[in-house]
Amino acid sequence: MKTESMIDVLMAEAGPVPRHVTERRFASAGVFGIALATAMMLVAFGLRPDIESAALLPMFWFKLMFPAAIAVAAMWMAARLSRPGARMGFASIAVAAPFVILWLMAAVTLLNTEPAARVDSILGNTWPTCVPEIALLALPAFAATFWAMRGLAPTRLALAGAAGGLMAGGIGAMIYALRCPEMEAPFLAVWYVAGIAANGVAGALLGPRLLRW
Amino acid sequence: MEAAERAEKRMRDLMVRALNGDAVAYGDFLRDLTAHLRAFLRKRLYQHLDDVEDITQEVLLAVHKQRHTYRPGEPLTPWVHAIARYKVVDLLRSRSSREALHDSIDDEMQLFAHSDQEAGEARRDIAKLMKHLPDRHRLPIQHVKLDGLSVAEAAQLTGMSESAVKVGIHRGMKTMAAKIEGSQ
Repeated sequence: MKTESMIDVLMAEAGPVPRHVTERRFASAGVFGIALATAMMLVAFGLRPDIESAALLPMFWFKLMFPAAIAVAAMWMAARLSRPGARMGFASIAVAAPFVILWLMAAVTLLNTEPAARVDSILGNTWPTCVPEIALLALPAFAATFWAMRGLAPTRLALAGAAGGLMAGGIGAMIYALRCPEMEAPFLAVWYVAGIAANGVAGALLGPRLLRW
Repeated sequence: MEAAERAEKRMRDLMVRALNGDAVAYGDFLRDLTAHLRAFLRKRLYQHLDDVEDITQEVLLAVHKQRHTYRPGEPLTPWVHAIARYKVVDLLRSRSSREALHDSIDDEMQLFAHSDQEAGEARRDIAKLMKHLPDRHRLPIQHVKLDGLSVAEAAQLTGMSESAVKVGIHRGMKTMAAKIEGSQ
């Protein structure tokens, strides 16, 4: 086809283009991911039985805020990576910050813990189920985030996939926190981080396959 | 004001009007863009001038399909450039010819120095060849040569050092080249 005739064809498709498509797609993905993960958590696991008394403790809220902060920062990063040429800015620092804060908290906690009790503080009672259940609850958000990015134009596919995966991992961990009885920062610093990071790695691996356009 | 700045301003203005539904502005925008793309690609793909028009159209189409990802108020040049770069790398991937594997690995555009009519087949070859490489070779090639990341980004992503990424690319390319020769 001659380039001139191609321009004519494209011109014929001219018309108002919807605004804020990136924001709307990511917002939809987030809402869908949170809603479905919540439903799955309630049906498959149920809320932690002591949620009413736990909700009075700061750690309960920190446990929600930490993955929520990662989800929001990763969403910001993924949204930027979904638009060609957009700068990352501080998005990657914003993603890293919650991890660093959590690890500092965990280090302080461990230093103030009797050496003999440190292993228990890390393993808690539920470590074998933590990562797989976070991964399960992250699945809807993972699919939705990739759907959101497939309608946009990421040019660094592995990085965009990683950001999308971290967003999903954050959402999965946040909903999992409503069911999880662990209250020690060292536990979160290992197992929640592993659950979230696994989603990031999966995203980085799948990005180049699924996000091509 | 420099020429590039003037063009940026003019085309951004046209693009914003086009996004609001102005078809005439959109036509002007596309024609301007075509001229710029053609010149830009001709300079860089001088050993493969036959393909310039194809790639130009490819990029035009991508700009058209992805125009909802341009945010009015942001600079237009980086947006178009990122799309053009992505599409050129994409084409490079699908055309990576057998000879190209023997060539200098440091100059991506060198890959266009040789033409390959059997594009689809060449791509399959690459995937097949890469499958047998160890991760420390395969991942750097995947990230840097195929996905178009920088060495630094690939290093960050894989957790390898930058020099390990470079060495991985080099060794991996050599291994693949040797395999191709062996199979002929």
